Amino acid sequence: MSDISTTTATLLLEDGTFFKGIAAGKIGTTCGEICFNTGMTGYQEIFTDPSYKGQLLVATNAHIGNYGIKNSEVESESIKIAGLICKNFNYDKYSRPMADMSVQEYFEKEDLVGIARVDTRAIVRHIRSKGAMNAIISSEISDLDELKKELAKHPNMDGLELASTVSTKEPYTLGDEEKADFRIAALDFGIKKNILRNFVQRNCFVKVFPAKTSVKELEEFNADGYFLSNGPGDPASMDYAVKTVKELLIIDKPMFGICLGHQLLALSIDIPTYKMHHGHRGINHPVKNLITGKSEITSQNHGFGVSPDAIKANQDRVEITHVNLNDDTIEGISVIGKNAFSVQYHPEASPGPHDASYLFDQFIKMLADTKVEVGATS
Amino acid sequence: MPRDTSIRSVLIIGSGPIIIGQACEFDYSGTQASRSLREEGIEVTLINSNPATIMTDPLTADNIYLRPLTVASLEEILQKHKIDAVLPTMGGQTALNLAIEAAEQGVWEKYNCRMIGVDLDAIELAENRELFRKHTLSLGMGAAPSKIANSFLEGKEAAQEIGFPLVIRPSYTLGGTGGGFVHKEEEFDEALRRGLNASPTHEVLIDKAVLGWKEYELELLRDSNDNVVIICTVENLDPMGIHTGDSITVAPAMTMSDTAYQEMRDQAITLMRSMGNFAGGCNVQFAQNPDTEELIVIEINPRVSRSSALASKATGYPIAKIAAKLALGYYLDELKNQITKTTSAYFEPTLDYVIVKMPRWNFEKFYGADHKLGLQMKSVGEVMAIGRNFLEALQKACQSQENNRNGLGADKKEWIRTSDILDRLEMVSDDRIYRLKDALRLGVPEKTVQKLTRIDPWYISQIKRLVKMEEKILRYNVAEDLTEPFLRELKEVGYSDAQIAWLMRITEKEVTRHRKKLGITRTFKLVDTCAAEFEAQTPYYYSTFDKENESIPSDKKKIVVLGSGPNRIGQGIEFDYCCVHGLMAIKEAGYEAIMINCNPETVSTDFDVADKLYFEPIYWEHIEEILDLEKPEGVIVQLGGQTALKLAEKFKEKGIKIFGTAFEDMDSAEDREFFSDMLKAQDIPYPKYGAAQDTDEALKIANEVTYPVLVRPSYVLGGQRMRIVINDDELERHVLSIFKHMPDNKVLVDQFLERAKEAEIDAICDGEEVMIMGIMEHVEPAGVHSGDSSALLPTYSLSDEVLEKMKAYTKKLAFALNIKGLINIQFAIKDEEVYVIEANPRASRTTPFIAKAYQVPFLNIATLVMIGAKKLKDFKFEKKLEGYAIKVPVFSFDKFPNVDKNLGPEMKSTGEAIRFIKNLQDPFFRELERNRSMYLTR
Repeated sequence: MSDISTTTATLLLEDGTFFKGIAAGKIGTTCGEICFNTGMTGYQEIFTDPSYKGQLLVATNAHIGNYGIKNSEVESESIKIAGLICKNFNYDKYSRPMADMSVQEYFEKEDLVGIARVDTRAIVRHIRSKGAMNAIISSEISDLDELKKELAKHPNMDGLELASTVSTKEPYTLGDEEKADFRIAALDFGIKKNILRNFVQRNCFVKVFPAKTSVKELEEFNADGYFLSNGPGDPASMDYAVKTVKELLIIDKPMFGICLGHQLLALSIDIPTYKMHHGHRGINHPVKNLITGKSEITSQNHGFGVSPDAIKANQDRVEITHVNLNDDTIEGISVIGKNAFSVQYHPEASPGPHDASYLFDQFIKMLADTKVEVGATS
Repeated sequence: MPRDTSIRSVLIIGSGPIIIGQACEFDYSGTQASRSLREEGIEVTLINSNPATIMTDPLTADNIYLRPLTVASLEEILQKHKIDAVLPTMGGQTALNLAIEAAEQGVWEKYNCRMIGVDLDAIELAENRELFRKHTLSLGMGAAPSKIANSFLEGKEAAQEIGFPLVIRPSYTLGGTGGGFVHKEEEFDEALRRGLNASPTHEVLIDKAVLGWKEYELELLRDSNDNVVIICTVENLDPMGIHTGDSITVAPAMTMSDTAYQEMRDQAITLMRSMGNFAGGCNVQFAQNPDTEELIVIEINPRVSRSSALASKATGYPIAKIAAKLALGYYLDELKNQITKTTSAYFEPTLDYVIVKMPRWNFEKFYGADHKLGLQMKSVGEVMAIGRNFLEALQKACQSQENNRNGLGADKKEWIRTSDILDRLEMVSDDRIYRLKDALRLGVPEKTVQKLTRIDPWYISQIKRLVKMEEKILRYNVAEDLTEPFLRELKEVGYSDAQIAWLMRITEKEVTRHRKKLGITRTFKLVDTCAAEFEAQTPYYYSTFDKENESIPSDKKKIVVLGSGPNRIGQGIEFDYCCVHGLMAIKEAGYEAIMINCNPETVSTDFDVADKLYFEPIYWEHIEEILDLEKPEGVIVQLGGQTALKLAEKFKEKGIKIFGTAFEDMDSAEDREFFSDMLKAQDIPYPKYGAAQDTDEALKIANEVTYPVLVRPSYVLGGQRMRIVINDDELERHVLSIFKHMPDNKVLVDQFLERAKEAEIDAICDGEEVMIMGIMEHVEPAGVHSGDSSALLPTYSLSDEVLEKMKAYTKKLAFALNIKGLINIQFAIKDEEVYVIEANPRASRTTPFIAKAYQVPFLNIATLVMIGAKKLKDFKFEKKLEGYAIKVPVFSFDKFPNVDKNLGPEMKSTGEAIRFIKNLQDPFFRELERNRSMYLTR
């Protein structure tokens, strides 16, 4: 293995901007919506986060791959990003004795195409001003016209339903059913493993259901509460899920949503979502909890948001619990009169800080409180 | 919570003179804190005994006290001013210790002054090793196994339990005296005995040595609402066992996974929150077992620390500035990010570049000093380099060092004997990184290098990449053989044209010409705290070889100021002071002020000071491309010490205007022969001298000028290798040693004026008039380097005739050398005769001292004169000094126990203090005078 690739590669953006670099990972061609993540650690967790389905990821950190790949540190069973764009890609030797393989080996095994030695900072500045758009990476085709043709075939992320493509096909369970304190039914729109780890650590028995499971089927599990997972794509295209959440709201068992789950909760109470200019992706996003007055550094990955105007117009039905300190976007809501709350960011972290893990405790407390109430009234 | 409005007046305590381990980074933090408080409308009072600081400048604070850092001085201030609160966390250990001492004496209470930004219980907990260890264990965190021993037997038992390698730390000794690593059982008994004897309480702490574990440092900020953010994570390239101040460090962490990092982050936050209740900065150090990723907490500093200046420069997040606001009660989420001005200050900076900090040692100044690195910090300064990859940053750091290297090796200083190299890998010395590459070049396997150095394999494989590229270069003969992609790759990993040229045995110019023809030139990127996610408002740039250039020159007229690079003996904080004032004056005159420097400890590299900052090596190849881009009106080299001055010839060659004295005239002052001829022509006496190419010539000259003679290499800084010799034998030995260490150099032999007095003048000349800034008289006799002498301003024992002669000579020389700007002239006075010893056509070490003592903005005046904006006659000022100001040198000898502490022609002091006395009856001065006679009888 060599310390650098000798194969050239091209990155072409929808607006015609292009960058020449070298191949990283598998030799091939790949399309997706280009986005950037500013985290300095956690590339492996990002690669395998299902919310990145269909996206070409620009990693802004100067080096990618230095500490290799460790089989257990994944957020799903496979790589979910559509391609990687980075400055310095670590082709062979890596640092970590606990790691299992190099990123190059991992990409080859998982068929992931990437490009390195491009000016990632220029790309980020471009996306920052022009917004998210589709792009193509190829280490096979260098002709720009041909690349343009290939890229034109790729669908736009706006209105794209992707959650069902990454959701589990069959339900499965985690935790010890006998000893668990609570039963949680999790709707999988592309759930990250660490969310499930957080529930199991808090002594929950979790059943993960496919995205399109009916409420009837969900109810049969007799859960103490429902969880709406993160996931990729445009929430506005997910009528089936919005319908499910609406019905669950009527049942009014504790409900907790993360990221896409947060957007679905908003949609279920008729608060619209919108596509952001270029989204929030990183592990340093400042969020203020308006209830406690404390702030937290959060892990984020979203290209859609919940309309702040609509929320402000409906403050009788929904309360803003968290806001982003950089741009005042909505980061958390709770539905007034219901046991339902959600956050736009990732309290499960992985990658990122653990500042917001209290939200899992908050959900568990809600489960406990309602269980006591139910017990008292029955 | 908005700020506490009951605080209207704050006292900041500085860190005093520069010593090893406490340098000008605390001027940077104090200055930032002061400006930050004044933004809030607070009256700031400052105390510091170090005159060469910006923090003690009228432009920084409202009330300035250049006083000894003692409780008595504090009381004097508190009596004069109504101070609501004291902020003791900006001046390092010195300030904190003083604040604690004052607290113990009840001084703060007496004057109803609160202590802000600090919790004394937290400090106590952090400093008491045993308490702290128990505390970390109680939080469920790791600590190195450790035992206290009060007897030889207890020590033996402890060692048995802990196992080897271990560390012995005697209690209550300063700077690690008597302590050290013990690798083998055989060495233990003696080390234990030494340790117990060194401790006044006959007590040692025996720690398990986690040698070879990875070392990390986290810089944190916490507000009074207990919000905590990590500003920067620094990874030490050199693993545990070497003081962080002596380690090459890298940011962000290159080899840490998110799981490992988040564990460390969680522990750091828990630890900070567990230590009392204070709002401000904090630094936590960890060691990590690379195999198991187990963590051990090494230490916590609940204050702005030595590394926070580096963290601020590395990330763009001004830690001290924000910490000062937090001390006033603000919450982080109420403040703005100072770089973007639109996003929140409550966030964690993210980098899209790599930072390498490399210490600067000065062992050549400490003859006999042990070069081995260990628990005790020995470096005197540091450089920081920014690149788009690790190798680029590493090589830029080497280029910033100013030790005549052009990058990481690829020059004639490479070693070729494998056995010597392997020894040096194990016995860590200041040159290890170079030896590491030498080893790889000679084919030593990466595994072996890793085993010996315990440096993370990723770093070693990176350096191996350089070795492979160099093997490829060796195949080429002429510059044109280098293809565009290959040459670009070489430049991307930081190679200078000089290194490539050396490998190919061609000239640097040929490489540069070919490179530029291929269009491979530097682009400039912004340091913006957020990896370009948000638009930044702050003009803080670094160079790299990437596609897009972000530094767009304005259409204003610009002037570039060159900084002085890393701190060294003889070239330190004084020049930072000069540069800051230069930049201000340039702005005042309506130009755009551009700063170039690579020293992260400085105020001049604060992105708020210049209009535009290039954080770059003071290395010609880098500077030239900045000039190509910015096309300034000219540059100022007089303010950056010898470092900047050395580049004057390059500017001239390139046709860049040098503001102030022209290159030829500066060269005349430096060229001993030319200068002596000039003195002769002006009828100015000077010691007899000669320049020798070899030892025979030196002997001949010495006998002509008669012994004792002063022998030195020409063109050196701070009297390096300068000796006084008294006979042929000594002369021969010393001259041979000079030629051995500095071939290609001439040796100067000067008549030594025994028992002479020394004095110096700093002056400004505008071509028409000469302004004498001040005349200083050294207390020690000639023979002690001026930097190591105590000096009085004004003079105290020289006759009026002598003073008149000195002034007259200064005027003659300033005109003869066509000085435009600053000049410093050193004199020897013997039997009422005045001899000129040397002239420096630039700001001197004493310029800030004189400006402070007289309270006259001399550097502003000098800069405006240099750039031709004003004439001396435009200025009216009054020298305000009652009695005398004494410049007192300060040494860091405790760090070099084997070094000869006698003063001589070679400078050894690391810093200086100012002391005002009313008259010559002052006991402090009397003591200095008494010591003078000691020198005379030697």
